[in-house]
Amino acid sequence: MQEAIINKAKELLADGRVDRVIGWKKGEFSYDITPAVFETAEEIDAEFVCNDFTSANVSKYLVKETKKDGTVLAFLKPCDTYSFNQLVKEHRIDASKVYTVGIPCDGKLDPEKIKQKGISGIRSIEKDGDMLKIDTVYGDETLKISDAMSERCLSCKSRKHVCYDELIGEDGDVISSNRFDMVEQLENMSAQERYDFWRSQLSKCIRCNACRNVCPACTCEKCVFDNDDSGISNKAAADSFEENMFHVIRAFHVAGRCTDCGECSRVCPQNIPLHLLNRKFIKDINSLYGEYQAGADTDSRAPLTDYKQSDCEASVVHERGVE
Amino acid sequence: MQVNEKKEFEPVIVAFCCNWCSYAGADLSGTNRLNYPTNVKIIRVPCSCRVNPMFILRAFQRGADGVIICGCHPGDCHYTSGNYFARRRMTLLFSMLDFIGIERDRTRVEWVSAAEGAKFAATMNEFTEAVKKLGPNRRLEDLRCRKQS
Amino acid sequence: MLRISLDKLDTLFAKIAEKQKLYIPSDREDGSAEYMEWSEGRKLSNALNTVRSAKEFFFPQTESLVDFKLSGKNIEVIDIRKETEDFVVFGVRACDARSFGILDKVFLSDPVDSYYQNRRNHGTIVTMACTRPSETCFCTAFGIDPTAPEGDAACFTDGSFLYIKANNDRGEAFVSSVSSLFEDGDTAELEKVQAKTKEVLGILPLSGLSTEAFGGDKLNKLFGSEKWAELSESCIGCGTCTFVCPTCQCYDIKDFNTGHEIKRFRCWDSCMYSDFTKMAHGNPRLTQLERFRQRFMHKLVYFPANNNGELGCVGCGRCLTKCPISMNIVKVMKALEAE
Repeated sequence: MQEAIINKAKELLADGRVDRVIGWKKGEFSYDITPAVFETAEEIDAEFVCNDFTSANVSKYLVKETKKDGTVLAFLKPCDTYSFNQLVKEHRIDASKVYTVGIPCDGKLDPEKIKQKGISGIRSIEKDGDMLKIDTVYGDETLKISDAMSERCLSCKSRKHVCYDELIGEDGDVISSNRFDMVEQLENMSAQERYDFWRSQLSKCIRCNACRNVCPACTCEKCVFDNDDSGISNKAAADSFEENMFHVIRAFHVAGRCTDCGECSRVCPQNIPLHLLNRKFIKDINSLYGEYQAGADTDSRAPLTDYKQSDCEASVVHERGVE
Repeated sequence: MQVNEKKEFEPVIVAFCCNWCSYAGADLSGTNRLNYPTNVKIIRVPCSCRVNPMFILRAFQRGADGVIICGCHPGDCHYTSGNYFARRRMTLLFSMLDFIGIERDRTRVEWVSAAEGAKFAATMNEFTEAVKKLGPNRRLEDLRCRKQS
Repeated sequence: MLRISLDKLDTLFAKIAEKQKLYIPSDREDGSAEYMEWSEGRKLSNALNTVRSAKEFFFPQTESLVDFKLSGKNIEVIDIRKETEDFVVFGVRACDARSFGILDKVFLSDPVDSYYQNRRNHGTIVTMACTRPSETCFCTAFGIDPTAPEGDAACFTDGSFLYIKANNDRGEAFVSSVSSLFEDGDTAELEKVQAKTKEVLGILPLSGLSTEAFGGDKLNKLFGSEKWAELSESCIGCGTCTFVCPTCQCYDIKDFNTGHEIKRFRCWDSCMYSDFTKMAHGNPRLTQLERFRQRFMHKLVYFPANNNGELGCVGCGRCLTKCPISMNIVKVMKALEAE
């Protein structure tokens, strides 16, 4: 698989179809992979990597990359194609400057999950059937792949690439996932329980802004939280109100545009399940205004820039679920 | 939050009223000598659609115990469709506030036309009573803004 | 050496907590560790390190500095400083213990930061020797011995006993306040564990990391390096690395108008942010490259230039595990080394 991708990249570079390649670069260990831009076949041979840990969604980098001259080749996993499509729809990416190659994905692994099993001193991680063989300085360890799978991949919504110029491997399907289960579980709790749950989660927030900065839907030139005049600091929250405010507003600003790629929760250093806030909006939009998947196309109107005269009233919130 | 002499809780209610219908409705209820509680602080906005979710959160931060958004009836918006957009936005925002455990009765949307002075007064009376029952806003307040009594 | 059976840790914690607040690293629901106040039932984490560092006990993420009340043309300035109560932070790792020395150089040199000093004067740091360093550890590159941590008092474990040793006067006082629970014991087993840990330290992937290429005199050589562009290329400009870092000490001071008074507070700042050191004319560092370079140059060049060559990193490895794009000081050092 990695070989096919590398060959494709070198082939497209060689025939001048693209000028740069955006992909992933090897790190110090087997799992610390950095998104990177490659310009030559030599660089690609030396450092390009695509494995179970290349989980970073590179579509947001294309906002910056397409402002430069030349064409850039991007390898997109199924979930990345949704982000890409959404960015094209919002005119944030000049699609004519990108050559997209869809690559299959069986779910990515989360190094933190491996470490939380007490596995430390990792030297290498190999796949062996449905097990991981991990060589550590403290001896060999094994772990079921499913136990190391990223949380977001466990509730993958689609293996289908919604856009591509070329595809490596076979295209998959939109799959019925369990992604709203946790949202539903929370909805069925009492208001006090929900409040306690979110306080315990959001109070961990250190306001590093990683969720915002990694989010492919957050591409404002100047974020409202970076605006001194908005009265809300973009740094440490001095009060619990600010923690709530930041996350509610951030989720609201991407409501109807969030493709549920899960990057926010992946990068959160405090493991706050931020995707649940986004999924709540997605679930509400689906149930109140009809099924909608952001990024699935580039021409439909987003739910919050659209309306129907027959839309429900806001009092619907008071009438359903648990108080 | 204010405490009167009887130490009974008096909520602070912020009402965002659209300039064309609800604000005029509030005016009408005044000229008709209809009573509505002094707890209600009206903020006039050009259209209900002008209400940014951040305004609502900010009101709670600064000591509001309840926030109500009033606009023209659907179909009557001075700008044709502003209240339709506001309706979707507020529905989703209120649902999210409910989701993070904020009491759902602290927020409301009500359509009040310029001719509905009586409805305005009744709505405010009713909403103030509902919020009074809930007690002071503790879940979405900023402790720094709480007045030391 | 004085030792206590690990089964009796709870008794020890109870004894410490009798007179003052005690904080220990403990596991959260999500599996990661964080310092928490000890109370009956709270267990010491086995994790190598906490997500956030122990710097927060002395340099909290946000703190109020002073209040102002305005009435007419008068401004009343209210000094809200209070003497901190005594507290103990237990289980600090060697890397974090060293970070206090670095923070002291910033906050305790003239003009002394009274907020920080107040907490330093009342906090006792009890460290815990490492027995299972991870692949992300590189404290040895900065001359830190994780089997013999600094701090006021140091603890060691061989799996069945906890050994304790005072490193200074405050540590002596601490040890004598709990020594009734300890007994004198033989350290043969402990020495074996320490020897084994040292062996592991030698074979960790980052054990060969060298700091020779860095220091206060390397400014001109490193500042203009062409490597910065490539290194900073995918940085998303979040503040994760700075906020989990035990030695990052930049802060911002802001005023908050509560409606009835002004609260002046400070909070951690990050050189990765677009409004860091923003002045009337704007931000002096316009691109992410410059911001990224600032962070690493500070740790590897500017800090040692002002502090007799001491580097501003302790090798705890937090940025290695937490950076969303896995770019970190080790990668920077390895890339710049070749310059």
